[in-house]
Amino acid sequence: MARLTVNGQAHNVDVDPNTPLLWVLREQIGLTGTKYGCGIAQCGACTVHMDGVATRSCSVPVSVAEGKQIVTIEGLAQGGVLHKVQKAWIEHDVPQCGYCQSGMIMAVAELLKNKPKPTDADIDAGITNICRCGTFVQVRAAIHAAASA
Amino acid sequence: MNYVPKMNRRAFVASAAAAGGGLALGLDIPIGGPQPILAQDGSPEVNAWVVVRPDNTVVVRVARAEMGQGSLTGLVQLVAEELDCDWSTVRWETPTPGQNVARKRAWGDYATVGSRAIRQSQEYVRKGGATAREMLIEAAANEWKVPASECSAANSVITHKPSGRTTTYGKVAMAAAKLEPPKDPKLKDPKDWKIAGKPLKRLDTADKVTGKQVYSMDVKLPGMLSAAIKESPVFGGKLKSFDAAKVAGMPGVKKVVQSGDAAVAVVADTWWQAKTALEALPIVWDDGPNAKVSSASIAEMLKAGLDAPEAFVGNQQGDAKDAIAKAAKKVEAVYSYPYQNHATMEPMNATARYTPDKCEVWSSSQNGEAAFAAASEASGLPAEKCDFHNTILGGGFGRRARSEYVSHAVRIAKEMPGTPIKLIKSREDDTANGVYHPITQCKLIGGLDANNELTGLHVRISGQSILAAVNPRGLQDGRDPITFQGMYPGGTEGAIGYTIPNLLIDHAMRNPPIPPWFWRGVNNNQNAIYLECFMDELAHAAGQDPLEFRRKLMTKHPKHLAVLNAVAERVDWDKPAPQGVYRGLAQQMGYGSYVAAAAEISVTGGNKIKIHRIVGATNCGHAVNPAQIDRQVAGSFVYGLSALFYGECTVKDGRIEQTNFHNYNSMRIAEMPKVESIIMPSGDFWGGVGEPTIFVAAPAVLNAYFAATGKRIRSIPLKNHDISLV
Repeated sequence: MARLTVNGQAHNVDVDPNTPLLWVLREQIGLTGTKYGCGIAQCGACTVHMDGVATRSCSVPVSVAEGKQIVTIEGLAQGGVLHKVQKAWIEHDVPQCGYCQSGMIMAVAELLKNKPKPTDADIDAGITNICRCGTFVQVRAAIHAAASA
Repeated sequence: MNYVPKMNRRAFVASAAAAGGGLALGLDIPIGGPQPILAQDGSPEVNAWVVVRPDNTVVVRVARAEMGQGSLTGLVQLVAEELDCDWSTVRWETPTPGQNVARKRAWGDYATVGSRAIRQSQEYVRKGGATAREMLIEAAANEWKVPASECSAANSVITHKPSGRTTTYGKVAMAAAKLEPPKDPKLKDPKDWKIAGKPLKRLDTADKVTGKQVYSMDVKLPGMLSAAIKESPVFGGKLKSFDAAKVAGMPGVKKVVQSGDAAVAVVADTWWQAKTALEALPIVWDDGPNAKVSSASIAEMLKAGLDAPEAFVGNQQGDAKDAIAKAAKKVEAVYSYPYQNHATMEPMNATARYTPDKCEVWSSSQNGEAAFAAASEASGLPAEKCDFHNTILGGGFGRRARSEYVSHAVRIAKEMPGTPIKLIKSREDDTANGVYHPITQCKLIGGLDANNELTGLHVRISGQSILAAVNPRGLQDGRDPITFQGMYPGGTEGAIGYTIPNLLIDHAMRNPPIPPWFWRGVNNNQNAIYLECFMDELAHAAGQDPLEFRRKLMTKHPKHLAVLNAVAERVDWDKPAPQGVYRGLAQQMGYGSYVAAAAEISVTGGNKIKIHRIVGATNCGHAVNPAQIDRQVAGSFVYGLSALFYGECTVKDGRIEQTNFHNYNSMRIAEMPKVESIIMPSGDFWGGVGEPTIFVAAPAVLNAYFAATGKRIRSIPLKNHDISLV
C-alpha cells in the first residue's frame, strides 16, 4: 500500500512499490492527462511536478513518490483558473495532436517558476520534451508570452 | 464536444465491401425527407453534415480523422462558410463508420492519408453546408409564406429583406429537416469566404491543455482489463509455444492469449501488471526464413537492382541512355534512403469489447472504415453487429492507417467475452515491431553537352514497393506507380518540375522482408532527395548556380518555378549570404501541391550543422486555414529534419535493432530553426498540406551542407556521417 498526495488529495493505492508513478496515476488514480510516450524518461510526455520539480513519472517508482506533493496536468489550474502557461498555449494555438502537450506544459510551468523571464538559451536547455508534430515554433512563442503575462 | 451521435438507424446495408475497408463511393448526400433524423439530444439533423440545436448551436459532423494536422477545423470552416452560421456557436462530432455504412456512406471516405482530408472532401462538405443553408432559408420562407428568394442568411440568422423579419436557424431547423434537399446547391466563390480561408484557431485545443482530452489510450470502460502484447521479433516468424503457467500467479494476471499465429498477449488488471508478466513469460518463436536478414544483406539486394536490366518505367522521354552515351560530360551518383519508424507520440492501442452479439472498438485510426472492417473480420461478426469509435489521434503520420492493433485487441477480447480489453503496444514493440518507411537506393546518371546543357538523365530506383506488400491489387502489371511520386510525367498529383529532353526514371523492385508502409510524405521523401540533390550535383558539374540551372529546365512548369522563386527571393539568393552562412534549395510537387524550401546553415568543425533559417513556400491551390498551414509547414520541417539527422531503423538477425527514442531520436526545441512560411495559393486547384513540406526539408539542408563544405552526403541519416544538428 502506497500513500500518495496528488493535486492536494490523498490516495491510498495497493500496488507493487516498483510500479512507475505514471501508471499509478493513470491506472489506479484515474488521472489520464499524464501520458505514456516512451517509459524511459526520453520524451517527457509523462512529466509531473514532484515537490515542485518537473519529473518524468514513467521512471519514478511509486515508492519514491510517497510523501511528496505531486501535481499533474489536471491540478495545474487553480480554483478553476487556468495556469498562465495553459492560457498562453490556448492563445498561441500550440497543440497539434496534443499528446505530448501535458508533459510539455508541466515542464514549461516549472521552467518559468525557476526562470520567470527565460531567454531562448534557457528554453533550449530546459525544455527537452519530444513533440513529433513539431510544435516548437509555437511552444517557444507561447513560453515568452506566458513569461510576460 | 466529441460525443458520438446515436441516430435512428435506417435499413442497414451491410456491404460486403466493408470487410475490405474499401467501400464503393456512393455518396448519398443530404438526407432530408419528411421524417427528420434526430441527433442523440433530439436536435434535428438538417442533413448528414449539419445538426442545429434549438439554442442555435450548430453541430458539424466530420468523418476524417484528426491527428494534429488541423483538418478537423478546416473542414468545419468549409461547412460553416457555406452554411453562413455563427462561427462562435459551431461544435463538431464524429459519426462512426458503422453509422456511415448504415447511411449508405453519407459522410464519404474516412481514410485520412495522402494529405487528402480537405482536398478530397471539400466539394461534398461544402455542398453539405450549402444544402443545409438553402433548406433553412426555405423553412423560414414557408413559415412566413414568402418566396425563399426574398430571404437571406448570415450568422445563423435568416432575414426576410422586404419586411425585415428575422428568425434563427435554431427556430426553423426542425421544419427544414423535413424538406426535400435542393438538387444543386450553389457554392460560394472562395473570394467571398468569411470563415474559410481565415487563420481561425483550432476547435480542439481547450481539452489538450488541461489533460481532459480523451485519446484512445485514455478510454475507460466498466470492468476493463489491460493487455500487453509481444509479436514475433523476426518479421515473418511464428509463435511456437509459451508457458502461461509460469506467469499465472503474478499480480493481476487474468489470462495469457495467443493472437493470430505470431503474437501472444497477457491480460491483467492493469497494463503495468500485464507488461511485467509478459516480460516474464517464456516464449518460443519459430523465427522462420528471415532470421539471417541484415541491413547489409538488404543493401546488397538493392545494390544489385541499380544495374539490373529489368525495371518498371515510371517516366520516359526521348532516349536517355543514348543521350548520356553521347554526352560531353557524364555525372553519376548513388544515393540511399533507410527504413524509418513513424514514432507517433501515442503508441498504438485499442480497446475492444466482444460478445457474441456485438463487437465494439474504441481506438484511434486514420481510416475508421478499415478499422471497422478489421473489427468485423477479427470478431467473426457481420458489420451490423460491430462498430468503431474513433478518438482524436495522438499522432498518425500514416502508421494509424494500418489496423493490426485493432485486430489484436478484438482477438484478445474474443477470448474473454463481455470484458473490455485495452491493448497497448509498448514503445519498444511499437518501434521494433512496426511497419516502416520503405528502403531504396538510387543511381542517377546525367549527361551534359558541350554547352553544359542537361541532355539526358537516368534515374534508377532500386528497392521496396509499398503496394506490393500491402495492396498488390494496386500494382499495374507488376509496377508500383507510387514509387515514382513527384516524378510523374504530368497530372495533378505529383508531376516532375523539369523538362529534360531525354529522361528515363525506372524502378527495379526489390522487396526485403521488412514490412513497408506509408510514412508521412511516403516515396516523395527519398525521391526529392534523389532528384533535388542530384540537380545540385549537375549544376555544380556544369559550373552553374543551382537556381539558374533549375530555372532553365522549369520554364514549362510555372507553378513549380513560382514556389522555388518565392523561397529564393525570401533568402536573397541573388545576394551573397552573410559570412559563414550557406544556402540550399529544393522543390517538389506532391499530393497536388507545389512546395519549395530554402535553408540557411552554418557548419562548424565540418560536422556541426546549425540551421539558422528555413523558408517554405506552399501553393496548395486554396488555403482553408493559413494559420494551420503555417503550423503544418513548421511541423513538417521537424518531421523531415528529424528523419534527415536521426531517422534510421537497422536490421540484424531479421529484427529491427532500434527500440525507443534513445536509439531512434527526434529533434528537440534547441535544434529548431527559425521557420518562415510563404503561402501562395493560386486559387485554381485543391492540393494537400499535411505532407508536402516534409520532402523538401532534407534536400534543401543537404544542398546547403555541400555549399558549406564541398561534401556531398548521399545517404541518411546524418548521424551515420558523424554530423550533428546544433
